[in-house]
Amino acid sequence: MSGLWVLVRRDVVLAVRQGGEIGLVVGFFILAVVLFPFGVGPEPEMLRRIGSGIVWVAALLAAVSSLDRLFAADYADGGLDLLALSPLPLELAVLAKCAAHWLTTGLPLTVIAPFLALIVDADPAAIPVLVLGLLIGTPALSLIGAVAAALTLGARRPGVLAALLVLPLYLPPLIFGAGAAEAAATGGGVRAELLLLGAFSLIALVVAPVAAAAAVREALE
Amino acid sequence: MSGPDLVGEGLACRRGERLVFAGLSCRLAAGGALVLTGANGSGKSSLLRLLATLIAPAAGSLRWGEAPLSRDAVEYRAGLHYLGHLDAIKPALTPREILAFWAGLRGGRNPAIGPALDFFGLGAAADWPCRWLSAGQRRRLALARLIAVPAPVWLLDEPLSALDPEGEERLVSAIAAHRAAGGRVALATHQPIALADAATLSLDAFAPARAPAP
Repeated sequence: MSGLWVLVRRDVVLAVRQGGEIGLVVGFFILAVVLFPFGVGPEPEMLRRIGSGIVWVAALLAAVSSLDRLFAADYADGGLDLLALSPLPLELAVLAKCAAHWLTTGLPLTVIAPFLALIVDADPAAIPVLVLGLLIGTPALSLIGAVAAALTLGARRPGVLAALLVLPLYLPPLIFGAGAAEAAATGGGVRAELLLLGAFSLIALVVAPVAAAAAVREALE
Repeated sequence: MSGPDLVGEGLACRRGERLVFAGLSCRLAAGGALVLTGANGSGKSSLLRLLATLIAPAAGSLRWGEAPLSRDAVEYRAGLHYLGHLDAIKPALTPREILAFWAGLRGGRNPAIGPALDFFGLGAAADWPCRWLSAGQRRRLALARLIAVPAPVWLLDEPLSALDPEGEERLVSAIAAHRAAGGRVALATHQPIALADAATLSLDAFAPARAPAP
């Protein structure tokens, strides 16, 4: 099991050292959110209504933009062969890579989300629920993204292909996450939405490492 | 460290539509060395990947002693050093970090990271980011992985590429020490390498046109 931790730590160190990989994702997230008021007009009423939805959509896009980081470098430099041969089961190696990916994308996105929610003037009551939703839902983005990233290994434009594959699968967390924030703003109950979001993440936690590991094995053949 | 033989019988390998080789048998006993030669595309790398259980043979069987080998041969895989022509080196990490990572992943107790780097002459470069290393130094780093954590089977794909004569000498002595301790090594190369009592296997002899169909 110590191998799991070793791999998480290396991937986080790589993301931190490789000049602003985290910065790129966060910058993409901020820009995407800031673009919306220009597109839909600056009426506070409108922005307040769609604010938390905007933040969720931008978080999904930012997560997608970073998926090629999961396996592509290890595939290109032969490291994936060695990972597959190591005593750490490939499913756990995938899980470790997802954890590192989440620590360097989902977590920073969740941390800055409340500030972006203020920019689009989201309802103050919705902001804690938005953050909680992102905290519960973003691990699923990394996990499902890993399946798409593994399936597109060796493809000519893996990033674009992975985005096409994965965005439809991001619909459930988007619906439940944004729905919970919306319900908080209108004074409704948020429990059901957050529980469904959590259920989705848990299912992804079980299914995604197995599926992604199978896809990686196929890519190494 | 003795232990079982690595045995391949009637192996065939298919890459896509193309049959690369067929009817190939080989045996690698404790302390043994097998040098794979052959033209480009004759399947040296494929045979090494096959022996590493990274790809499955199209025909034939691969055994570790009596036990058949497949992807699920966890114990065999854990005792394997595979050095491909790609070197799995991250430009942002230092040689010391890279060796520590691969050793940590194998769960090796007290990996000999400093001595391994010194042996291949990377002592001075141990804490540089790897983007500063030359091609030969990257090769040396990949080779240092072999001796940082002991493993009974080494599978080396073109280990001599980019190495200077001094590096080659180091590699030959590392292989000799490995074999003296009962280790096995199979390596593919185009350059002559001075290994004592090494069996040579030319893959040209197993090209499908001349070999019986699998």
